[in-house]
Amino acid sequence: MSKPRPDSAVALVTGASKGIGAAIAIALAEDGWAVGVNYNSDREGAERIVAAIEEAGGRALAVGGDISDANGVANGLFDRLEEELGPVLALVNNAGITADGLAIQMEDDDWNRVIDTNLTAAFRMTRRAMRPMIKARFGRIVNVASVVGPRANAGQANYAAAKAGLIGMTKTVATEVARRGVTVNAVAPGFIATDMTEDVPDAVIDAIPAKRTGTPEEVAAAVRFLASDSAAYVTGSTLFVDGGMSA
Amino acid sequence: MAEKTITPEAVEATVREALAQFGPEPDEIKLEATFEELDVDSLDLAELSQIIEDEYGVKLKGDDVGKIKTVGDAVDLVVNRAG
Repeated sequence: MSKPRPDSAVALVTGASKGIGAAIAIALAEDGWAVGVNYNSDREGAERIVAAIEEAGGRALAVGGDISDANGVANGLFDRLEEELGPVLALVNNAGITADGLAIQMEDDDWNRVIDTNLTAAFRMTRRAMRPMIKARFGRIVNVASVVGPRANAGQANYAAAKAGLIGMTKTVATEVARRGVTVNAVAPGFIATDMTEDVPDAVIDAIPAKRTGTPEEVAAAVRFLASDSAAYVTGSTLFVDGGMSA
Repeated sequence: MAEKTITPEAVEATVREALAQFGPEPDEIKLEATFEELDVDSLDLAELSQIIEDEYGVKLKGDDVGKIKTVGDAVDLVVNRAG
């Protein structure tokens, strides 16, 4: 049987100052995780999430850092959390950006920024995260992918490539570390009502079988499950939270 | 954690202790034993590298670790890398 989560375990959620990441941080704290709330520029937002978690009786710490920066940011975030809260035994790679445009007109910079943040940074964070997880014989990595990637979305060649890559990485890394009690899964949100998707056209809503956008809390619930002891035998999978879009 | 001083004896003890966690019986872990015989695979060797780095501050590259075949090779690699 797999080991249960150690009492002192910390979950690090990237891009957690608002939207889906914030909802995930709160949901994991409700499940008893101490939570590292990563932010890039929105320190106030991250501190609000930390305060909300602490008011509810949980433990959390806002940890700033641009995860797309190759120069040791991942190490710094983990080191700080390990010193102040405990071993990081869950990682949620949530931070993501968009830089939309038709492929025919897309600049290299827009391609590279999206791949760097949404895929390469998630790889670096995952590589660092696995060290304490393997040692503890327990770990949970959840990558926030998207229905875009498995499905087409005109204007998002960069984002689709990054998210499809994230799902591929999820599957392969899952097989590498499964026997150490470390699971690696993805969630694939559809259209979720956040700042990133504020202008969803009616035609898009019509194409969603559930006829509505999802909420950050609905995505967080899926992450919460995948991070739980109950999901110890779920690894390499992608859980779609999309109102039936990909069905 | 303070790093340990590297001697062949200390490294051998660390390697034996680490490998024993991965499944082989302690008396099977001889210097001439191959990882194949011990059923020690690439993930085990990656974890061994991590333990060596934590204890001795010696960083082993995946390429180097991929070439070693026996317990003795692992000890030699760490000792030579430190020297």
